[in-house]
Amino acid sequence: MIDVVPPALVFIVGGLVVPLIKGKWKSAFLLLLPVIGFINLINIPEGANFVVSAFGLKFIFGRVDRLSLLFGYIYHIIAFVALLYSLHVKDDLQHVAGLIYCGSALGVVFAGDLLSLFVFWEMLSVCSAILIWSRRTTAATLAGYRYVLVHAVGGLCLLTGIVLYLKETGSLEFGYIGLNGTASLLIMLGFGINAAWPVLHTWLPDAYPESTPTGTVFLSVYTTKTAVYTLARGFAGTEILIWIGAIMTCFPVFFAVIENNLRRVLSYSLINQVGYMVCGVGIGTQLAINGAVSHVFAHCIYKALLFMSMGAVLHRTGKINCTAVGGLYRTMPITAICCIIAAASISGFPFLSGFVTKSMTIQAAVENHLVIIWFLLMVASIGVLEHAGIKVPYFAFFGHDSGLRPKEAPLNMCVAMCISAFLCIAIGLFPNVLYKFLPYPVVDFVPYSAFHVVGMAELLLFSALAFVLLLAAGVYPPEKRGINVDADWWYRKGGKLFYYIMDKALNGINRVSERIFVGGLAGYLGRFSRNSPARFQHSVMSPLWSVTGVNAAERAVKKKALYHASRVGTFPIGLVGVVSVLFLAVLFFIS
Amino acid sequence: MKEKAGEEKYLFEKPRNVKIAFGYFLGVLAALLIAEFFIHKHVHLPWEEWPVFYAVFGFVTFVLIVFAAKYILRPIVGRREDYYD
Repeated sequence: MIDVVPPALVFIVGGLVVPLIKGKWKSAFLLLLPVIGFINLINIPEGANFVVSAFGLKFIFGRVDRLSLLFGYIYHIIAFVALLYSLHVKDDLQHVAGLIYCGSALGVVFAGDLLSLFVFWEMLSVCSAILIWSRRTTAATLAGYRYVLVHAVGGLCLLTGIVLYLKETGSLEFGYIGLNGTASLLIMLGFGINAAWPVLHTWLPDAYPESTPTGTVFLSVYTTKTAVYTLARGFAGTEILIWIGAIMTCFPVFFAVIENNLRRVLSYSLINQVGYMVCGVGIGTQLAINGAVSHVFAHCIYKALLFMSMGAVLHRTGKINCTAVGGLYRTMPITAICCIIAAASISGFPFLSGFVTKSMTIQAAVENHLVIIWFLLMVASIGVLEHAGIKVPYFAFFGHDSGLRPKEAPLNMCVAMCISAFLCIAIGLFPNVLYKFLPYPVVDFVPYSAFHVVGMAELLLFSALAFVLLLAAGVYPPEKRGINVDADWWYRKGGKLFYYIMDKALNGINRVSERIFVGGLAGYLGRFSRNSPARFQHSVMSPLWSVTGVNAAERAVKKKALYHASRVGTFPIGLVGVVSVLFLAVLFFIS
Repeated sequence: MKEKAGEEKYLFEKPRNVKIAFGYFLGVLAALLIAEFFIHKHVHLPWEEWPVFYAVFGFVTFVLIVFAAKYILRPIVGRREDYYD
């Protein structure tokens, strides 16, 4: 029996060791880590492992069952592929962040209690933010900060929920929670922010396209799919999730059609795909959960592959907007072919991975008589074909000739992409291998019935025909420079409004106080102390002057002289005499 | 066949190749429509029985999605690239 460790530990410790290793050994070490992790994983027995009791609480770092195992497998496969893809990167920070990010995701998936889940959950946010910042551009820095703020809110939501949940139930065990009360609502909302629910989704298309070509491959997999895992574990069968999921599949489609940045198109497509999973989790039947989880497995591979192909384009050309690239199939054929395979997989073409997994969720919707949901999911399927299936490969590799003739992607990138493309095809051809590992035994689902194959092929190919005709007619929305505002408008422009209001309000108070206290009151006091003796003397003298018959012109001269004398402290003797006599008279009468 | 240097060097730069590809595409479409009449339909929803339902559904929905995005969404959310700067 080999000694095993918690799955997260392999990647976290391995990540910290990376900077100590140099040269070729580093590459070998990076590739070896996921392999070691995988061997470690398959040797951990099912059930609750690595239980630590402290502070009167029980922490479980290795809850292994069919649900967590499948996520564990795919996370290891993606870690291997993504590390291979990023082998050429010389920046150790990215490797460390990527590995710890992966470890944190495994930590969440194998956590049996909510507190250790929360710790790994926060590590996930921190590492992903570092991956975004690694691009070291202003846009990436700003997007990274927005990303951190949104996830800080999500984390706080989750923590509050966990504390309330502990108070209500007296237990931190992470099992089925179900939506009943404030605590569970807050926990679900915390999960939901990471799952990019509608309106809460904006961090994803905002930040992911700003990361490095290699960083986005990691990002595309772990955060959202970990959220799907937690929803599947804690909230399977929660009805509201069906609708949230269905909306998630549909709305990004429209944004993706008009988006210019191809990695942002893929980010919208990522939300759309997670929508199918959330919907499946919401339906909650055995078939639906199987559908959601198998879709996670297939999706991780083809979505990573799509991001890899666009990363290769960005790496070689430095450009990623539809308007800037185009016609790259000429010199990047391997990348183009891999991208097309991924695009066809995500669209659900028969004999590829998306077909055998997505249809399970749709089938589950039909079996539960959710006709509107079925309709929305089908519309979204056509939407997927539109933006991820056709737009991404077409505008990057075909379309207008940008004149760019970059070299094919580096060898390590090509191998990583080919492995992923191979997996897309393998899962499509041999779905039963994947079905064997699903949480529930697959009993009554046959993906390859003649009608299903022909129906889906008709749906997709006639949509493609529509694309060809729209393009030929010049109706298809042209590539256009520009950005599209999304719900993040509220906090990006709202943030500026907040700044404006604070600027006007607080600085306004500042200005008013300056005027009153510095400019006004202090000046008044100064004038008061300077002029009051003269004023007093003037008020005494002016009746005297009028009695003694001094005319107005002389009085003005006298007044001026009086003020001057008072200011410089020199008085004519007569005046002093008069005032002294008056003073003595007043004293005489008072005493 | 010899080609002039720098011209029509790549696969889809030759109009003939594009035509062939498009021809195959139309061929597959036709084959699917014909195949539909020869297979057993195991339907779950009533409209799945209608002939060429999925072909029409796909085509129409695709056009509607593109139109909605182009004519409704883009005018609402489209901004210049420096909008947030």
